[in-house]
Amino acid sequence: MEKDLLIRVENVSKKFCKDLKLSLWYGVKDLASNLSGNKTQRKLRPKEFWAVKSINFELRRGECLGLIGHNGAGKSTLLKLLNGLIQPDEGKITIRGRVGALIELGAGFNPILTGRENIYNNGAVLGFTKEEIDSKIEKIIEFSEIRDFIDSPVQNYSSGMKVRLGFAVAAQMEPDVLIIDEVLAVGDLGFVLKCFKTIDVMLPNTAVVFVSHNMPMVSRICNTIILMERGEAVFQGEDVSKGIDSYYNKFMTSDDSNLVYSDDTVSLVSASVEGVTPVDSVYNVKWGTSIRLSFKLKNIGLDKMPYISLAVYDKEQRAVAEIYPEGQDLKSIEKDRVIGFSFSLKNLYLSKGIYYLTFNASEEPSFNMYYKIHKAITIKIEHDKQMWTPFLLDSKLISTTI
Amino acid sequence: MALETKIYQKENNKSIFKLLGESLKDTYQSLFLARQLAVRDIKAQYRQSYLGILWAFITPLTTALVWIFLNSSGTIKLTDTGISYAFYAFSGALIWSILTEALKSPITSTVAAKSIMSKINFPKEALIVSGIFKMLFNTAIKVIILVVFLFVFKIELSWSLAFFPLVILGLAIFATTIGLFITPLGLLYKDVSKAIPIILQLLMYMTPVVYAIPKTGIMKTIMEANPLTPLVLNARNVFVGLELQFVEYSLWVIGISVPLFFISLVFYRVSIPIIVERMSA
Repeated sequence: MEKDLLIRVENVSKKFCKDLKLSLWYGVKDLASNLSGNKTQRKLRPKEFWAVKSINFELRRGECLGLIGHNGAGKSTLLKLLNGLIQPDEGKITIRGRVGALIELGAGFNPILTGRENIYNNGAVLGFTKEEIDSKIEKIIEFSEIRDFIDSPVQNYSSGMKVRLGFAVAAQMEPDVLIIDEVLAVGDLGFVLKCFKTIDVMLPNTAVVFVSHNMPMVSRICNTIILMERGEAVFQGEDVSKGIDSYYNKFMTSDDSNLVYSDDTVSLVSASVEGVTPVDSVYNVKWGTSIRLSFKLKNIGLDKMPYISLAVYDKEQRAVAEIYPEGQDLKSIEKDRVIGFSFSLKNLYLSKGIYYLTFNASEEPSFNMYYKIHKAITIKIEHDKQMWTPFLLDSKLISTTI
Repeated sequence: MALETKIYQKENNKSIFKLLGESLKDTYQSLFLARQLAVRDIKAQYRQSYLGILWAFITPLTTALVWIFLNSSGTIKLTDTGISYAFYAFSGALIWSILTEALKSPITSTVAAKSIMSKINFPKEALIVSGIFKMLFNTAIKVIILVVFLFVFKIELSWSLAFFPLVILGLAIFATTIGLFITPLGLLYKDVSKAIPIILQLLMYMTPVVYAIPKTGIMKTIMEANPLTPLVLNARNVFVGLELQFVEYSLWVIGISVPLFFISLVFYRVSIPIIVERMSA
């Protein structure tokens, strides 16, 4: 059986105004034109821009759409359009079924009132009836894990506790369409895991639109993706990992190496992978191969060889590995000479993707830093499998027993 | 089970009756939410204060006291009201406060819910209804005080008292309608909510609230033309059992405000998305 089509978005656009006073005045005009049915086509007025432009997609029950893009790319505006909070300036959105939005948790809370009273307030705002809340209240309190404080005023709660209570109420929704913005970032680890478990349970029975900057999460739960940039969909399709790659590539433009620290005793002249020609200053390396790194360092004020160490960072600037080459002889050297280094790096088991090498020169390992530069070398590991962990270890089946 | 289908688009192809139907349906379905919001606000208001309920009627009472003092001290000379002046002033001020509260209620409730409105989709009619609930709650207290005054000033109870709720309802519909029409603009520009109290203050002196209509002069003409006059006057009249005045005018005012009320409800409904957009942009 074909699953129900729950969301259909046809050529939807929305414009915003950059100037507040003008925006308010346009609001007055829109109020007036709204009364006559808004039949005329909308064009950009002075100081307006398209916050969302010509978006099309369809979503069925059980599918999850990931919306990714930079801040200000139009993701949240699109969510507001989907949720019916604002109307499109062009196009049409058709939504079937009950819509649940995890955009703001704990809406309708009044700080003076107790947690228990606010469960009713929040539940009412989310569209529950009194009977529904009555029957679910025990489950909600249980889920929130704050039973001891349920009868004290919410203003005494920590922000994490408020989010817990808010999510506990929202988790009771049984929506056909679920809209999730990045609300789950607050709260401690245990609770975040609990939230995602709840969402996992909801997933098969709902059409989900998920906005996030957390790419591993997007790749885990989404089966289709839209990458937005300045309101437009620059990538759209079911190849989620390709969409995420193009998202990362948006950040690749500012790819120059950046000097973090220098005491002006040495400076890096060049850095490369031996025997590899860089493409757009990225060195392509096959997974599992061994490479040689070459550095040229100009000595300005040292009379002893510096100790060289390297660190590996991934696309999200997470430290992945460190390299302390062995066999370095810290002998005395002359000033104003260029020193060449060549290091071997055996069996690179980093998983597919882009990695940056940070170059450090110091007196001793991890002691008295002379020089540190990020992105001294950018390498791209080639492999046919997309991973979300930084390493793909070399492994083979040796035998099976039955 | 058939799923409810919602369509969001720029064009508005629905007739006003269809919109009104949807609005009334949402109103009915959101009664629990409206009640919940009203109870929340009333509870929160009184839980954080010692004088609590007193604040609901302290302003009209002080207004009345000022006028009673002005009159009894001979500072000003007022037209004879036909009943004890003190009661006239008290009842006038309380009835007037019901009217102003009803007028401000839509804009106050909507402004208070701004942050939720830009994040969660819920029937906005609930805000209006919760405002009405809060107004009814405060009105009930004011009516109790008025009844106490009836005994204090030894005014005989009249059978016409039974019509008092009806007149108050007419008054509330009239005021809420005006309130609903100005709410969208008031949400865009703060000027509106700043101007409302000033205009209401002026209007109060053009309405027989703390003094009766003068026998002659320009004020007589203004007050007789003022559509609030028949409402306020008759509210007091049925309360104390005086003869109704401006009966035809009253019926006109109420008769026109009922359809206008429904139109204002539709206007509010279609305006909200535009307001939300400008608030959150």
